[in-house]
Amino acid sequence: MPEELAWFLEVLIAGLLSGVMYSLVALGFVLIFKASGVFNFAQGAMVLFAALTFARFLEMGINFWFAAAITLFIMVVLAVIIERVMLRPLVAQPVIILFMATIGLNYFLEGLAQGVWDTQVHALDLGIEDVPWQSVMDATNILISLFDVWAAVICGALVVMLAYFFQKGRIGRALRAVADDNQAAMSVGIPLQLIWAIVWAAAGLVALVAGALWGQRLGVQFSISLVALKALPVLILGGFNSIAGAIIGGLIIGAAEKLAEVYLGPIIGGGIEAWFAYLIAMLFLMVRPQGLFGEKIIERV
Amino acid sequence: MNVSDPILELENISLSFGAVHALADVSFSIYPGEVLAIIGPNGAGKTTMLNVINGVYHPSEGKINYKGQARARMRPHQTAVQGIARTFQNVALFKGMNTVDNIMTGRNLKMNTNILLQALYWGPAQREEAVHREAVEKVIDFLEIEAVRKTVVGRLPFGLQKRVELGRALAAEPEILLLDEPMAGMNLEEKEDMCRFVLDVNEEFGTTIVLIEHDMSVVMDISDRVVVLDYGRKISEGTPDEVRGDQRVIDAYLGVAH
Repeated sequence: MPEELAWFLEVLIAGLLSGVMYSLVALGFVLIFKASGVFNFAQGAMVLFAALTFARFLEMGINFWFAAAITLFIMVVLAVIIERVMLRPLVAQPVIILFMATIGLNYFLEGLAQGVWDTQVHALDLGIEDVPWQSVMDATNILISLFDVWAAVICGALVVMLAYFFQKGRIGRALRAVADDNQAAMSVGIPLQLIWAIVWAAAGLVALVAGALWGQRLGVQFSISLVALKALPVLILGGFNSIAGAIIGGLIIGAAEKLAEVYLGPIIGGGIEAWFAYLIAMLFLMVRPQGLFGEKIIERV
Repeated sequence: MNVSDPILELENISLSFGAVHALADVSFSIYPGEVLAIIGPNGAGKTTMLNVINGVYHPSEGKINYKGQARARMRPHQTAVQGIARTFQNVALFKGMNTVDNIMTGRNLKMNTNILLQALYWGPAQREEAVHREAVEKVIDFLEIEAVRKTVVGRLPFGLQKRVELGRALAAEPEILLLDEPMAGMNLEEKEDMCRFVLDVNEEFGTTIVLIEHDMSVVMDISDRVVVLDYGRKISEGTPDEVRGDQRVIDAYLGVAH
């Protein structure tokens, strides 16, 4: 294989693999958006909260799977509390009110996470080594990080599972119904509260997996909550209410920013990776504001 | 009609929002299989009454008996479980979903495979989906909306949206169907269609129907009994003919000379 091509593929694959992780974070937003029409500002704080809790349990010497299970349990309890305390009193309120509530929740969770635990950087070891994939390296001379591959496999599996769960049949329909009209959904016997609790619990699971994977990469610390910001361009590209959109959008953003960094970087200066995704999102908004797969906005006049 | 016991009894229902007495000491009964109209001038408390029956509001005083049993405080999805379905004054459909999916949501309570099977959408869950899909197709045939089966309902004209909304309520196979101004905003032809459907539902399925309507000719044509509200109080109750001749009703609608 020519060296040029191998290099291109290496960059592309690295981009796609990190894109899968963006998809996962974006999916956390999509689930809640689909079920309540609300952009959950607190998703990043949930990632921090889950990762920090998990890391501290591991530091206490608790068995890996047990620590994961307790953290997941805490995230589910958190979802139920959020539904009870925050969402239930706000039923049938305008979406902007709920959005403001999630901003409040964001700061509360950030404070709670760092108050209960601490503000230090914690190492998190998932037992996946960050080494090149040797056999691929030998055969094609393309360097692929094994950690990236594993992370992508885990995220991919979770994304497929959730997509299936929330799109097919009765649950998928109930979810869309709740998002469309609370009152009407209750009138046909859909238990709004249960659906919301399920969705927030799923978003908690997503936060835990995303937090753990990014946590090993970057160390568990406050800045991990900012990965949520990477989900924004993904959502704009894919559409806020599309699970497929979150997946495809994540892949496109992941690949595009890596390729831009490598090929455009030398021309217009480095550090493109940090803002290129937002540029794509902005251009995309002008052409197709509902995103690639978003439900078309229908306005009767 | 009135020989059997009431399916729903409302006893001395009062409800206030702050200083506004939306309902004051209203009592009446709903009998199985009847078409009962609730009428009254604007602001009489008709929709509030429907919301009380549906569980959206809880009366501050009074009792509700359903099939002879005192009903506890309930949320709308619980009254749905008990067999009460409704439509809304301003149409509350799931606008982003198509006609079939909208009506499918009405089958929600009839579906009972567990959540895990639902999640996997496998085996029983898939078969169940097919069974309910069939029931939905029957509703679609009944309401003559085959032409718009796959249309996103947000795009449909208002008259058809109302019909789809009726379909969603029917799909639940309710015992009591609450219709909040089913003919509002419709042209004459659409009104006639809607009247026909309401009567057909009542006759073919024996569904008890409680409706709010402003069009008096419609009310007089299709209802068995009429309850008249004014300023949150019940001022009259009886057959359409009895109500039409009631001086208090005439005063409420036309005003009284002081």
